[in-house]
Amino acid sequence: MSATELYDRLPDRGGPGQPLLTVRGLRKYFPIRGGILGRTRAMVQAVDGVSFEVRKGETLGIVGESGCGKSTTARLAVGLIERDEGDIIFDGDALGDTLSLRELRRGIQMVFQDSYASLNPRLTIEESVAFGARVQGLSDPMGRAHGLLARVGLDPARFAQRYPHELSGGQRQRVNIARALAMSPRLVVLDEAVSALDKSVEAQVLNLLSDLRAEFGLTYIFISHDLNVVRYISDRVLVMYLGEVVEVAPVDAIWARQAHPYTRSLFSAMPSMDPDNRTEEPPLTGDPPNPIDPPEGCRFHTRCPFAATLCGRKVPKLRKIGADGHLAACHLHDPASGHPKAGKIA
Amino acid sequence: MTDKLLEIDHLTVRFKGARTVHAINDLSLSLGPGETLALLGESGSGKSVTLKALLRLLPPKRTEIEGDIRVGGTDILRLSGRSLQRYRGGDVSMVFQEPALALDPVYTVGAQIAETVMRHKGVSRSEAMEVALDMLKRVKIPSPERRLQNYPHELSGGMRQRVMIALALACRPRLLLADEPTTALDATVQIQILLLLRELQKEFGMGVIFVTHDIGVAVEISERIAVMYAGQIVEEGTTREIIKDPRHPYTRGLLAANLHDVARGERLAAIPGAPPALETRPASCSFAPRCALAGPDCRAGLPPVVTPAPRRRVACLRADEAVPAE
Repeated sequence: MSATELYDRLPDRGGPGQPLLTVRGLRKYFPIRGGILGRTRAMVQAVDGVSFEVRKGETLGIVGESGCGKSTTARLAVGLIERDEGDIIFDGDALGDTLSLRELRRGIQMVFQDSYASLNPRLTIEESVAFGARVQGLSDPMGRAHGLLARVGLDPARFAQRYPHELSGGQRQRVNIARALAMSPRLVVLDEAVSALDKSVEAQVLNLLSDLRAEFGLTYIFISHDLNVVRYISDRVLVMYLGEVVEVAPVDAIWARQAHPYTRSLFSAMPSMDPDNRTEEPPLTGDPPNPIDPPEGCRFHTRCPFAATLCGRKVPKLRKIGADGHLAACHLHDPASGHPKAGKIA
Repeated sequence: MTDKLLEIDHLTVRFKGARTVHAINDLSLSLGPGETLALLGESGSGKSVTLKALLRLLPPKRTEIEGDIRVGGTDILRLSGRSLQRYRGGDVSMVFQEPALALDPVYTVGAQIAETVMRHKGVSRSEAMEVALDMLKRVKIPSPERRLQNYPHELSGGMRQRVMIALALACRPRLLLADEPTTALDATVQIQILLLLRELQKEFGMGVIFVTHDIGVAVEISERIAVMYAGQIVEEGTTREIIKDPRHPYTRGLLAANLHDVARGERLAAIPGAPPALETRPASCSFAPRCALAGPDCRAGLPPVVTPAPRRRVACLRADEAVPAE
């Protein structure tokens, strides 16, 4: 089967200039229940006021530490969990308005970190791959499954009848990629999809993802904690901290200059890879604060080396700080913020 | 007697069961006092099994161990009863990947550290608590007096790992085994723990074997690196030698797969295939099926161990050949 037969992609609507996915003011708080009556005792502020765009054909990397809300953001965008607030607009159509949840899920598919937990252990892999296409009423689900298995490097004659436990982690992740593609999505969300793989296998899967993107004209959201991998695969990078976006920039721009102090710390926490020039000082002390009770004002101010009184009071807005859409949410980069060092630090 | 802290000679570990797994195959390794060695390898390469064999933590009924392990001249594989108890946690102790699982949830962290000290040093509870407090200070836990009374679940992941380190070092072991202790931590916390371990290693002068799959972490922590593949050490040298002049094709592949200096969109030089299943004892080079340089001679027998410099070794027939152009 050729790529076009395997893939009956949803038609493009708004043209290349219209973002494929726009997220505006996304918010999700999870209640923590306790006691005999199961009353809500506190809220985890997992995602708070997140806005971003994913352009057609690009790969947007999302980085941040555990609890920063990167996975929750992805799950909200795919409609796996219900948002409290915010707009999700897929190629011009707003979810809940001109776009149903079912249509959104047809357009966006997801690959998760745990390759084993995301496959039904009692289905053969051909059944798993064909399942979604069958539910969505796409033509010839089984033929499509075999074609895609072959495309991700698993010979259907050898692998189609196997169960997930009979495969290695790398092979299972290939199955998950095939399963996501079986829905002919336009956007694929890869949530730490290569993180659990060994380095040598990770490189194979990254090569596969690059090939598939070119072949099927895909757009990716690539979530990872590994900055090297994000740099390799992404066009733009979004940095999150405690449920908020702190910086967005093209890959080359952010590697050249990390504007937000948190981004800078995150980058300097990478191992040096040079035995003659090892890291001597940790860029940050302590662990990230608990998202149940995030700091007032700028959420990073409790760990920030540049924090002033203002930072504990006023929430910084994401604003343009350079060419090609380099945005950062930090009072340092707003000359009118009143921060004593505003505009003085590069 | 010997001046080596640790000597492993021709260690072989097999797991028996429905199928036999040849986890470690003829592994030899030595470590001087105060040296820090990273055991680098992917899952299934046998790095954690090596650590567990060193602490005698492998299930005796299902495990066949051959070879020799000596710590400070003592034959570890012959220890039993009291002497084994004294050895574990006294001479040698271990930091695990997941401190939430390694710490006991129903005792305060102070009580757990104190218990270890009382057992090994035979001191009173109050003296042991003093040691516990001192250890929490050394691992730089803020307000240590208060933290002594905390249960593990009241601490963050990074704090729990600091407690785990305090517990492991409380009896001043000569050898510390660390099994991926920073893998479960966030990047900004990982680097703090690595720097802490480096500092404590200098202060206490103990030998360290640090198991990791992450080359970057190995570079930050260790003076020497031993690269493992399929239950064998395929290359060993100083960290500088391994990073700047890798000789084994597998080591070269691992370095390339780290993506440290790869241009965006460039095709990755991935090692094809997957590691072997280890159901049989390797009779030829285990890496040959995935190796671009492999020839018939590589499949004919075990590769020779080349020693280009003192304490530098490479188990490969092609160790001196140039890197193939990609």
